[in-house]
Amino acid sequence: MRFGLFNLIPLGQTHAITAHSKDCEDFPQKGRISLTYTEMARSLAGFLVLVLVLVPVVSICEGASLFQPISDSHRSAALELFTLDHGSFESLEETYEALRTFQVLGMEKKPDVTAAACRFISETVGSSSSTPKDLLYALKANSIAECKIHEKASKGIISSLNAAVRGASSLLDFYYSVGGLVLIKDQSSKADIHLADAEGVFRSVKAFSQSDGRWRYSSNNPESSAFAAGIALETLAGIVSLASSELDQSLINTLKNDISKLFDSIEKYDDGTLYFNDKLVDGHDYQGPLSTTSSVLRGLTAFAASTTGNLNLPGDKILGLAKFFLGIGVPGDAKDFFYQIDALACLESNRVSIPLILSLPSTVLSLTKKDSLKVRVTTVFGSNAPPLAVKLVGAFSSGSKDASLVESQELKFDQVSGLHILNDLPESIDVGSYTFVFEVVLQEPEDEKVYVTGSQTKVPIFVTGLIKIENSEIVILDSDLGSIESQKKLDLAKKNAASLSANHLQKLRLSFQLTTPRGHAFKPHQAFLKLRHESEVEHIFVVGNSGKQFELVLNFLGLVEKFFYLSGKYDMELTVGDAAMENSLLVAIGHIELDLPEAPEKAPRPPPQPVDPYSRYGPKAEITHIFRAPEKRPPQELSLAFLGLTILPLLGFLIGLLRLGVNMKNFPTKPVPATFGVLFHVGIGAVLLLYVFFWLKLDLFQTLKILGFLGVFLVFVGHGVLSHLAAASAKLKSA
Amino acid sequence: MGRASSKEDAGTLFHSLRSAYAATPLNLKIIDLYVGFSIFTALIQVVYMAIVGSFPFNSFLSGVLSCVGTAVLAVCLRIQVNKENKEFKDLPPERAFADFVLCNLVLHLVIMNFLG
Repeated sequence: MRFGLFNLIPLGQTHAITAHSKDCEDFPQKGRISLTYTEMARSLAGFLVLVLVLVPVVSICEGASLFQPISDSHRSAALELFTLDHGSFESLEETYEALRTFQVLGMEKKPDVTAAACRFISETVGSSSSTPKDLLYALKANSIAECKIHEKASKGIISSLNAAVRGASSLLDFYYSVGGLVLIKDQSSKADIHLADAEGVFRSVKAFSQSDGRWRYSSNNPESSAFAAGIALETLAGIVSLASSELDQSLINTLKNDISKLFDSIEKYDDGTLYFNDKLVDGHDYQGPLSTTSSVLRGLTAFAASTTGNLNLPGDKILGLAKFFLGIGVPGDAKDFFYQIDALACLESNRVSIPLILSLPSTVLSLTKKDSLKVRVTTVFGSNAPPLAVKLVGAFSSGSKDASLVESQELKFDQVSGLHILNDLPESIDVGSYTFVFEVVLQEPEDEKVYVTGSQTKVPIFVTGLIKIENSEIVILDSDLGSIESQKKLDLAKKNAASLSANHLQKLRLSFQLTTPRGHAFKPHQAFLKLRHESEVEHIFVVGNSGKQFELVLNFLGLVEKFFYLSGKYDMELTVGDAAMENSLLVAIGHIELDLPEAPEKAPRPPPQPVDPYSRYGPKAEITHIFRAPEKRPPQELSLAFLGLTILPLLGFLIGLLRLGVNMKNFPTKPVPATFGVLFHVGIGAVLLLYVFFWLKLDLFQTLKILGFLGVFLVFVGHGVLSHLAAASAKLKSA
Repeated sequence: MGRASSKEDAGTLFHSLRSAYAATPLNLKIIDLYVGFSIFTALIQVVYMAIVGSFPFNSFLSGVLSCVGTAVLAVCLRIQVNKENKEFKDLPPERAFADFVLCNLVLHLVIMNFLG
């Protein structure tokens, strides 16, 4: 999210540490106010949803935002981000980026970093197989580290770079070779380095441009980007500076047109910041808005430095680009950090226009402490601006479109601190959140060509103050007549111990008045009365207001059911809180003995209050299973007796058979049928035995399997013996 | 006089039944004995259940139905084997006996499964 810390109104807590320590004395006190509020917030959060903590700043006026120049927090972040990995950097590019960042931020050179850089540089410069890209970055790093390069080595570099220029075919080839030559010209003693055919090289680079202001990387690749445009501009600036004679002015003019076209494709965020972005075609080559904008700025300022005449770019575009880089805050990535710092360094001093940033050390002002409005106008790095005046042209309350609350007035400039100060806030500014509109006017007319300030800057301001709480009292009234039963005056500044009693036929009225320091009515975000029963059941009521008078009437007749018919002692607590209120309070008023009627059968029970907040998650009571009582079985003797009794009929059957005189005369005598007959009986016996086993231990499938075999066998032998018997009896019958 | 005559009549009836029964062939008598035996077994099981309650009801049913089932099959066999029965004149008694054996085996498989 682009809106960093600078766009929210902190309550004095989260500010970038500025270099101006004088303002730091304000911070501890501001911290105290916000701390009280956080304590309250923590206790409030226990039983209610916080309605609003911070007033939304970006309200009706679009673009109300605050940008801070680069400060010490950047310097300390740079130390953390740019560290040596095992005593050296990963690549020459990183070496250069680290050195450049430290140089721009004004941090003193660390010897180990410089030594590592020098090692890397001399290695690259000495080797004959270094590519132009390596040479370029080595020379860039050397321009900062200032390691010595041998004559022989520099001669070798010049010749290889010249060869590279002649053989260059893509934009990057030209960039590396021309850039390298420009740098070696400054660094070596030979001041006599020129491009052989400057105009020809210029035209070859210009051939990569497109009509919309973007540039291609090579003639084969149709993709164009603004990033490439930045590189091309830098290259062309280098060519111009290396040319031995004046280049054709028409070439420069067409280039100025290209730059204007490029600026037409600039994109915009809501808070007024501008940036360049390329379409995401191939993820690998995609440069984000940060690197693209940084590259364009580098190219632009390099080109402006190398040519005479004006580029005619609208100043507020430069200001928008400066705000883009400042709005990032402190990046967390070393590459992003470098892009930001490098681009801002280009903006700090360039020949196009130097942006001036209006910032405030503190956007939260206290009416109690009679804070004055302090404004600072500096360059992007916090350096002094030329003589100028800051005017407050308007102040608007957030959320209203009314006219300005103040008339246009100029802030006084304090030479010592470099701040523009408005000593007393006008009477029309009460507590709350506002948008102040400032205008910066340069005092020297020549400065208007060099610097750009922007037309009007909108800044969100938050004003706090002590709210007077008066006439606070709590009254018990009779419901029907309205006559006062008991009345207690309250002092809401400290804990009260009012003791009241009421029954369900009466009403409770709490009233107080809130007045702002300027004497107007004030509606806080939170005005609640909390009633807590001794059994920890709580009820919260909002205190409504009309103008300055705040009043809450609790008619117990209607609230009996809401209170779950719980009679007893209720503790009362009042909360009045707001971000603008320096004396937000959470105070105990006292307690009230409520006498409510008995709960009817179907009344809702109060929600159970956990004794220990974590007992809800503890182990529950153990469940003991009650198994079904086993059926009563008969005594074993009875069962055995009946078992015997069941055998009796069988015996009876056998005896009966004997009495009838059964015989086995029909059993076949011939051997084959005889065996069949025997096997038949054996088979039946086997089946019955199988059934016994089935009952004892086999399962149905096994039984069926065996039964299948036995059955087939039985059918076979049975058929055999029975057909023999049938044939025998048929013969007997016919005979 | 009526009472004495009814008693006499009962006695005469009983004697005539007995003598008629003695004329039945032996194999039919064997089957009758078998039927009597299995019904008697079933009765004993019912008496047992009446005493101790029907807790494993499936076992009770299994036992009783086994007896009753086999009695029913035996009755069927008797019908088919009886020479005086004109309906089954062409059915050889061995075939009826084979059916009886097969049905009994199937019945007892089911009974054993249901016994539990």
